Amino acid sequence: MSVGGLDELQTVALTVNGSERTVAVPAHRTLLDALRDEMGLPGTKSCCAEGECGACTVLLDGRAVNACLVLCAEAEGHEVTTVEGLSAHGLTDLQEEFLNAGAVQCGFCIPGQIVSAEYLLRSNPSPSEAQIREALSGNLCRCAGYQRIVRAVQATAARRTGGDG
Amino acid sequence: MTRYYRPTSTADALCALATEGAGARALVGGTDLLVGLRHHTIEPALIVDLKAVADLPEPIAVGDAGVRVGPTLTMGELAAHPIVRRWYPALVEAALTVGSVAIRNRASLVGNACNGSPAADTVPALLVHDASITIASRAGERTVPLDDFFLGPRRTLCGPDELVTQIELPRPPDGFGSAFRRLTRRRGVDLATVSVAAGVGRDGRVVLGLGAVAARPLRTELEAPFDAADEAGLARALDETLEIATPISDIRGSREYRHAMVRVLARRAVLAAAAPRTSGRMAT
Repeated sequence: MSVGGLDELQTVALTVNGSERTVAVPAHRTLLDALRDEMGLPGTKSCCAEGECGACTVLLDGRAVNACLVLCAEAEGHEVTTVEGLSAHGLTDLQEEFLNAGAVQCGFCIPGQIVSAEYLLRSNPSPSEAQIREALSGNLCRCAGYQRIVRAVQATAARRTGGDG
Repeated sequence: MTRYYRPTSTADALCALATEGAGARALVGGTDLLVGLRHHTIEPALIVDLKAVADLPEPIAVGDAGVRVGPTLTMGELAAHPIVRRWYPALVEAALTVGSVAIRNRASLVGNACNGSPAADTVPALLVHDASITIASRAGERTVPLDDFFLGPRRTLCGPDELVTQIELPRPPDGFGSAFRRLTRRRGVDLATVSVAAGVGRDGRVVLGLGAVAARPLRTELEAPFDAADEAGLARALDETLEIATPISDIRGSREYRHAMVRVLARRAVLAAAAPRTSGRMAT
């Protein structure tokens, strides 16, 4: 166990959006702040920073988590995918359907909505409306654009499963 | 300044906790601890992350006698486990009320108990299913009924130099049904105003677990067996038994409101536990 002074930094090696990254951060630094401030990935939004709003949702080893509730140090050796990683090759079909449905108003919650919805669709390609609402219940939208967000996820599911969306 | 330590053995984890004393905090899911860090309500000198400890009990082990849950099992994994879903329906309903999908992907069942919150969502169901809890220190291990574990708000039998290594749930007797009901201001990401888990045995024995109506979660039993034809009898039995509730008034509800609602929720939970469970509907 290392015992250090006030300036002791934790060296953390992790995989972010497919790239190996190494950052030196204080032990209390959250994954959210490290992604935004140390790794230059501001797509993940910082809002409530206490697990209430979902704006900072990322995939950690493929599972949706609130990046504000994970210490950067905890991600040592793990794989993180942010909204930038999901759309590394241009807009995804899910993002296109968000635009088509008019689901994006102020836009602040959308990166978190996209990551949560992508997580849902990967584990359940044909979710019911109730399942979509449950999966996104941790993602708050201050513009209250929920109906169109749900429609965008439904349209993406239909598109991916070959239905008419 | 907080330091972070990720031990790989239980012995190392216990040594770190013992050395640091009350300044150390164990970390698994972090869904409560990180909120405390952010608000500076918890300022640990050392965070001991248990997720890399190799010799802790595995996340979940199923045997003929029941289910054993290690410190790292998440709420999401718990709620999705087929045996847990069959044997402990109240626990599944309770786990699914915790936070949101992203919270449930991190939050651990053991951590939820260890926080010692009087409103912990999963504890009433654990009490109804007669869970026991194992606490390890450098001196050895002890296993106690979960009902003995809670001392008061945020206070448990687990000392600062100790770790909870396991929660054990006995296999319920044939015909034992359970259900969970929770009252909140909104369904997601909120703490319980009142919560009740109920278990009803084939012989009509009724066990209740109560959350957010006392300084700690409560376990109690009704004196008379459940009789589906005697609703008035159930109401009377609940009125008597629920006298043990000593709720406080706070932002989520008044003392009087909680007194009234714990009766409503208990009745609903008992009826749901006694009914043939034909679907895994979520508690509301």
